[in-house]
Amino acid sequence: MLAWIILLPLIGFAFSILFGKKLPKPLVGFIASVVVLGSFLFSIDVFNTVSADPNGISERLFTFLAIDGFNVSFTLFADRITSIMLLVITGVGLLIHVYSISYMSHDEGFYKFFAYLNLFVFNMLILVLGSNLLVLFFGWEGVGLCSYLLIGFWYQNPSFGKAARKAFIMNRIGDLGLLLAIFLCAIYVGSFEFSVISDAAQSGALPEHLITTISILLFVGAMGKSAQIPLYTWLPDAMAGPTPVSALIHAATMVTAGVYLIVRNQALFMLSSSANDLIMFIGLATSLVAAVIALKQNDIKKVLAYSTVSQLGFMFIALGVGAYSAAMFHLVTHAFFKALLFLGSGSIIHAMGDEQDMRRMGGLRKSMPITFITFLIGTLAISGFPFLSGFFSKDEILASAFGHNRWVWGIAIISATLTGFYMFRLLFVVFFGTFRGTKEQKSHLHESPWLMTIPLMILAILSVFGGMLNLPKYAGSLSEKLHHWIEPNLPILRNPVHVSHSIEYMLVGVAIFIFLLAFILQYRKYVLKSAVPEEDNEMSKSALVLANKLYVDEAYDKMFVEPTETLGDYSSWFDRNIIGLIPKSIKGWNTALARLNARVQNGNIEYYLVYMSLAVFLVLFLSAICLKLWN
Amino acid sequence: MSLLEIGFHIFDKVGISNYLFLSVLLFCIGLFGVLYRRNAIILLMCIELMLNAVNLMFVSFSSYLGDSNGQLFVFFIMVVAAAEAAVGLAILVSIYRNTRNTDVSFLDNLKG
Repeated sequence: MLAWIILLPLIGFAFSILFGKKLPKPLVGFIASVVVLGSFLFSIDVFNTVSADPNGISERLFTFLAIDGFNVSFTLFADRITSIMLLVITGVGLLIHVYSISYMSHDEGFYKFFAYLNLFVFNMLILVLGSNLLVLFFGWEGVGLCSYLLIGFWYQNPSFGKAARKAFIMNRIGDLGLLLAIFLCAIYVGSFEFSVISDAAQSGALPEHLITTISILLFVGAMGKSAQIPLYTWLPDAMAGPTPVSALIHAATMVTAGVYLIVRNQALFMLSSSANDLIMFIGLATSLVAAVIALKQNDIKKVLAYSTVSQLGFMFIALGVGAYSAAMFHLVTHAFFKALLFLGSGSIIHAMGDEQDMRRMGGLRKSMPITFITFLIGTLAISGFPFLSGFFSKDEILASAFGHNRWVWGIAIISATLTGFYMFRLLFVVFFGTFRGTKEQKSHLHESPWLMTIPLMILAILSVFGGMLNLPKYAGSLSEKLHHWIEPNLPILRNPVHVSHSIEYMLVGVAIFIFLLAFILQYRKYVLKSAVPEEDNEMSKSALVLANKLYVDEAYDKMFVEPTETLGDYSSWFDRNIIGLIPKSIKGWNTALARLNARVQNGNIEYYLVYMSLAVFLVLFLSAICLKLWN
Repeated sequence: MSLLEIGFHIFDKVGISNYLFLSVLLFCIGLFGVLYRRNAIILLMCIELMLNAVNLMFVSFSSYLGDSNGQLFVFFIMVVAAAEAAVGLAILVSIYRNTRNTDVSFLDNLKG
């Protein structure tokens, strides 16, 4: 059963890449979606199985490698944590596949796009289904590759190719951490199986400093994939890819792989308080910095990208304070509303004829009602409108943070407030006010076809009701369903610090207050006063710093890229002029010698005869001398 | 006195060194012709001359040593020389047809 889940997308990939070019586009898209639908149905089956039996199911496929008694098997394993990931990947993935059929319908690389999407789903499923670190690493690298391929999908544009390379290289830096963690496990645990590592950590077989080292290295891997400080700069650039890719890979699934990795190795992280603190601080810093940058971005997808970074920061805060179920909960709801927002923005970009600057939009709510309503729901969900999914999931993280430390909560609440600010800015600027684009764009404006709007509607419904999965404590008997459901699969249970009911209500009150604050302030500014974000040359200094993403990219260029390039220049000079001298001179002598020899071979038979006679004479002469000497 | 005996008698009288001298002289004339002349027909003739110089030497030594193997070899060389002359002339004819001359110094297409 588990094998089918990963095999179906692989078959879809093989089909699209081999035959897709010749077949009609809708058929390719249909088959690519059907295989994901198949995986989704199998995932539901897995969900039912693990609901009945929390121990999970495992399927051993073959031996990955066997060296001197060290065996690594290619084993698939699914427990409740995995099954949540499976449903998100295949469910949201299916909707995005369907959406892409229409979104990419004019693209020449249609079949390639769907092949890559299926390959991505295949790798992502391997990532979450692997029962050991090596299988996980296989999927981990696979999704990195697909991310690279899809970011650079429109490779004719050099800057898109550059963004793809940047994403790949930054991910590789994180992957190095993961790889080192895998090596440490091989040396000190002697196995890659998650269960064995977890047992070793709990039984005390692993010394504490090793647990901390492995945890931090795993987290470095998670930093790369999940775009945390300092490795987050690739994610905003990754928006170069087609919008469905941003929704699937860079919002809903791949970037949450880091969260999954940490939840999967919960035992290690629970036993290392310093690793936990590091995760929490990185999460806090990331959520705050990304939210601040998002305030002044004018590219509709860049706002959403920084929002994604910020929300991932929230998940890491939750992981850092030990609220694993809260992190998973936010992962799921975030997958819903962020996929919705990205697909919504795709719908807008589609209607605007590839315009992404929201200063050129405005007033779109009349011409695109379905997109507007679903986008509104997504915005409300992410910024914490009461009783929508984001409200519950973010509140749970905030409550856990409050229970951990007031200061952590204080910083997190600032980021949460900023979420409302940048999202409502986006919403109001794009959908309200007057249209600011060209005449041509205005005449072209249209609601997207139903293949695009239906996924939007489904995701909107999920964004509204996703909170039901894990209602807070005050909901009584319905509360914390998800938490209790995945609890048996978390090796180490720590009773979450419970805050009293009165404080809980106070926290909810604060959450509603900050939502209203953001809503009212932004409504006044962008709707009542109908302000439009400034053009680049009118910006104040501080706004310019934010619009330029705090110059982090430039700083990285100065600190890492340029020194490396300089070193490369020197090395290449050394290689060419010093090392290269040896082969060059050998080559020189040989050429000269060969030239000399070639002159002898002039093709004229008379000369050959002369040489031959001379040679015979020489041989005879020498042999005569030798004979003389001999006797 | 049989013809063979007369032959041996003459051979003894002349002495082997003169035969060898003649043979070497013929060989050198042939070699010089091969190296010096450019006309392919003359080249072939000079090669014949060299072969026959060798034949003469074989016969001389055969007679001198009383061993008939040397004379056997001469027959072989004659056969080969005939074949060589036939093939050589055939090549020569086709060269002439293609280039309208028999000067070997023009045939330098195989230079490296």
